[in-house]
Amino acid sequence: MSKVITFKDLDPHFKYEIMKEKGGEKIVSCFACNTCTLSCPVRAVDDEYNPRSIIRLSLLGAKDEVLSSSFIWLCSSCYLCYERCPQDVRITDLMDAIKNIAARCGFVPETFKGQIELLKKHGRLYEVGDFENKKRAKLGLPEIKEEASQVEKIIEITGASKFLEKNGVKNE
Amino acid sequence: MNKYGLFLGCTVPVRAMNYEVSFRKVAESLNITLFDIADFSCCGFPTKSVSLITALTLSARNLAIAERESLTHILTLCNACTEMLTETNHIIKEDSKTSEIIRKNLNELGLTVSGTVKVKHIARFLSEDVGAETIKEKVKNPLHGLKFAVYPGCHYAKPSEIYENFDDPEQPQSINELVLATGSEVIPYESSCCGGGILGIKEEVALSMSNSTLSSIKDNSADAMVLICPFCNVMYEQNQKKIEKTFNTEYNLPVLYLPQVLGLAFGIPKEELGFQINRIKLDRVFEKISLNSQRG
Repeated sequence: MSKVITFKDLDPHFKYEIMKEKGGEKIVSCFACNTCTLSCPVRAVDDEYNPRSIIRLSLLGAKDEVLSSSFIWLCSSCYLCYERCPQDVRITDLMDAIKNIAARCGFVPETFKGQIELLKKHGRLYEVGDFENKKRAKLGLPEIKEEASQVEKIIEITGASKFLEKNGVKNE
Repeated sequence: MNKYGLFLGCTVPVRAMNYEVSFRKVAESLNITLFDIADFSCCGFPTKSVSLITALTLSARNLAIAERESLTHILTLCNACTEMLTETNHIIKEDSKTSEIIRKNLNELGLTVSGTVKVKHIARFLSEDVGAETIKEKVKNPLHGLKFAVYPGCHYAKPSEIYENFDDPEQPQSINELVLATGSEVIPYESSCCGGGILGIKEEVALSMSNSTLSSIKDNSADAMVLICPFCNVMYEQNQKKIEKTFNTEYNLPVLYLPQVLGLAFGIPKEELGFQINRIKLDRVFEKISLNSQRG
């Protein structure tokens, strides 16, 4: 995040694009107080993640820098900054909005692709087959029958299956 | 008449059967009937950061099925499921534009949704609908002398807006009250988010976040940690050995699910509470409990 960004690389419309996205509406309310970054449990252990910087970069219009970055994927969705933000920027939702835009631009981390594949196949993140059901039966738990067809259809009609075709963002 | 559907989600029915079985046993001893809905699937949370609309539609599908089955409540075991389903209910009622998109998507599956089924995490349900007093009355083996580090996890009470501020968002008390009702102690400590949400993105960061919580619990000498979320369990129990190795330390901290604690206090045999699945040995916890029962 310490890279120098020049004016010609900035897209002043980026903030409006974010504001149109569900969850991103309140980005312009940020007055850069840094409460989010100081509250953040990810930031506490990793300097790569800095929600305040992500918001500033986005407001400046550093679209390519933000969308192609690996740092936007580091929010752990704990909602601590969301609760504490004095401007009600709803940062957790804002981060999801930015990630949703990034995903549509082709930046999808491999881990999410894998999860979408699993959901299409099993309707859940984990397979519940004979092996699992035998284990469940031993504990007196009811059998689970996988039903993935409606989940697969939702993934199709909402466009999430397209993410499987594009090149994902590289993670460290 | 309330009709409670148990929502298992992805992780619990496969990787946290001890959580599931112990809650079913506790519900049984409280005379609560749970309905299993075969058509429930993933709550949608895993797709949220790549496509919110996919997540909301997957979530709303579960809500629509719950409505079709005339459930009054969906009881959840996982914090992420709780957050996703509650947020979807909230959006269906508060955001007509997004809710229109959700309805249109569900229409293609022949489903309708109105957002009328109340979603509650089992801990919130036990606290609000059963009550710590009733739990206390059920206790046969008080867990005197046991010190628990109760860990609510992030999505139990946050974002507070969608949860009607039912508890303090940063330091929820409702789970503590349930644990205290068993006669045990609840110790204070500094907690961090478990980091489970980014385990697949940057593992060392997730491990480091969990490490900071474990380290504070160790400093405050708890006998065990009490969880209400299978994601947190992935970090604190399933990855505890890895955390110890990475940070060159030793915790050996047993991790229980809330209904396992309640079940022990209710006098349910530990074999019926799924303890064979807990990975970190609970010898010290069981020793203390058997000393209690010898003392009568």
